[in-house]
Amino acid sequence: MTATQLDVPHVLSRPSGTPSVASASGQVALRALRKYVRTPSLIVMGIVQSALFLFCFRYVFGGAIHAGATSYVDFLVPSYVASIVLFTGGGIAVAVAEDKVQGFTDRLLSLPVPRYSLVFGRTLADSTTNVWSIATTAAFGFLFGFRLPGTWEQGLTALGLCVVYAVVFTVVFIVMGLFAPNAQAAQGMSLIAFIFAFISSAYVPATSMPGWLQPFSKYQPITPMVDAVRSLLSGSTSDVGLALAWSGLLLVICTPIAVLRYRRV
Amino acid sequence: MSAATLPAGVPLLEARGLTVRFGKVTALDGLELTAPPGQVLAILGPNGAGKTTFVRTIATLVRPTAGELLVRGHDVGRDAAGVRRDIGLAGQFAAVEPTMTGRENLEMTARLFGHGRSAARRAAAAVIEQLSLEEVADRRSGTYSGGQRRRLDLGASLVGGPRLLLLDEPTTGLDPVSRREVWDAVRGLAAAGTDILLTTHYLDEADELADQAVVIDHGRAIASGTVSELKAGIGRDVIEVAVADAARVGAAGQILYRVTGSSPRLDAGGRRLSAIAPAGPAALAAVIGCLEDAGVGVDEIGLRRPTLDEVFLTLTGDEATTPAEIGLVNGSPQ
Repeated sequence: MTATQLDVPHVLSRPSGTPSVASASGQVALRALRKYVRTPSLIVMGIVQSALFLFCFRYVFGGAIHAGATSYVDFLVPSYVASIVLFTGGGIAVAVAEDKVQGFTDRLLSLPVPRYSLVFGRTLADSTTNVWSIATTAAFGFLFGFRLPGTWEQGLTALGLCVVYAVVFTVVFIVMGLFAPNAQAAQGMSLIAFIFAFISSAYVPATSMPGWLQPFSKYQPITPMVDAVRSLLSGSTSDVGLALAWSGLLLVICTPIAVLRYRRV
Repeated sequence: MSAATLPAGVPLLEARGLTVRFGKVTALDGLELTAPPGQVLAILGPNGAGKTTFVRTIATLVRPTAGELLVRGHDVGRDAAGVRRDIGLAGQFAAVEPTMTGRENLEMTARLFGHGRSAARRAAAAVIEQLSLEEVADRRSGTYSGGQRRRLDLGASLVGGPRLLLLDEPTTGLDPVSRREVWDAVRGLAAAGTDILLTTHYLDEADELADQAVVIDHGRAIASGTVSELKAGIGRDVIEVAVADAARVGAAGQILYRVTGSSPRLDAGGRRLSAIAPAGPAALAAVIGCLEDAGVGVDEIGLRRPTLDEVFLTLTGDEATTPAEIGLVNGSPQ
């Protein structure tokens, strides 16, 4: 590379105003989505991971788990799809922590963008990738032998509730990423989600756990959330109210934390 | 940038008692600084002196714990939005998205500065031309060389037509060729009329680029002025001796110390010694005489002005020179 030629001074125009929340959030989301779709390993690993876990539950552990009247695959797949975000969400926390450490968040904060567009944009992008993992995981569920107990409409309603969870947990993982000092720590912190996923009624009936563990399983958010998805599939609304209440509570707590935390990264 | 002129009398930067604490750590400790517009200002200081905190405070990423900082008349605390509209930040790490092309990165940042779609496209194209990135503009920035990535990052901070460009250690971690590339780019921007503040601990960088320099240590400005004023401010000449036989470097060093009273520094090659000489030419004559008497062969000997490195070490190091002694105090370069 030869010496840079800079003989002609340019006059760069100044924007007449500051970007709107929608425009800034859109740019933040577009960049996060581009990063996702242009990093094949992220997509491939996401699919492989969710398929592999499902395979192991269905064919390896499944034979030893008794789910009462329903077959294990029909017990497992709805709650597995509903909780898949807890497994893939680590990637969100890692991405948020990387942006913070590598200066991208600083760049955004030094620009005249509305502060909450950082959270909105990130949530928009990561919810989209989460919906993608929900869809691919559901497809694997059918491939591994799951059949809808009710109508297609009921199936779609249940899927809609899974999408609500995708948005909720996106914000939860954004908060984790913002508090993690680096990407490795973010990865570690996101393992907390595994505890909630495993000690719930998602993969085994809660009644099969020892008595001292059952209260945790019963009163933590994941159990009503996955139970609500099972209910909707068979046309019931049992647990749906509680699941939505937990979703609302998590959003109401985590969104302001994320917005405020982004200000002082 | 013709529209960038400030009303008369409004300084580019004005820090009064600027203090930033992170818990128990005091990063800026009552910094006083006034910088006029129309220049490249270098903030010099050792690692941990508070340079990056100062830049982050200007960029509204850190709020002052106490004191005041005005950027082109906007208070960073009360009018952060006004400050953000005026600045462009290129931090220590190139904050560009590696999976996006150079052009996509620039257009995105232009939109985030507030440009509409077509204005963003024009701004990106102008910056690509200005920084000579045409050849790589449509390649993913992850494939760029270090220097190209830094220039792209520089470009991203420019697409909103900032009045003040903040460069935090713009060449740290770059190879010499890439450093030159970035220097050329910064010089070009300065020539085009952008006010620039850069931090560096490379003194040659300040020497190359800056009109004015402020030396920060322990969160305070300990000296300021033009680069040549800083060099003159040390008020002393330096005697430099290149010894013919590396084995005699110790003997030469003792002579230098005896005559000048200051500890000589040895360069990396192991044969070149330099010492600050308060007495100037008289000391040089004495050194030459002593070297001859001792039979120490010399390739080269001479008296020169101190380098910025030496000024810097004198100001921040443990050599007992206070700012008052060299006639430079906190505050304005005048």
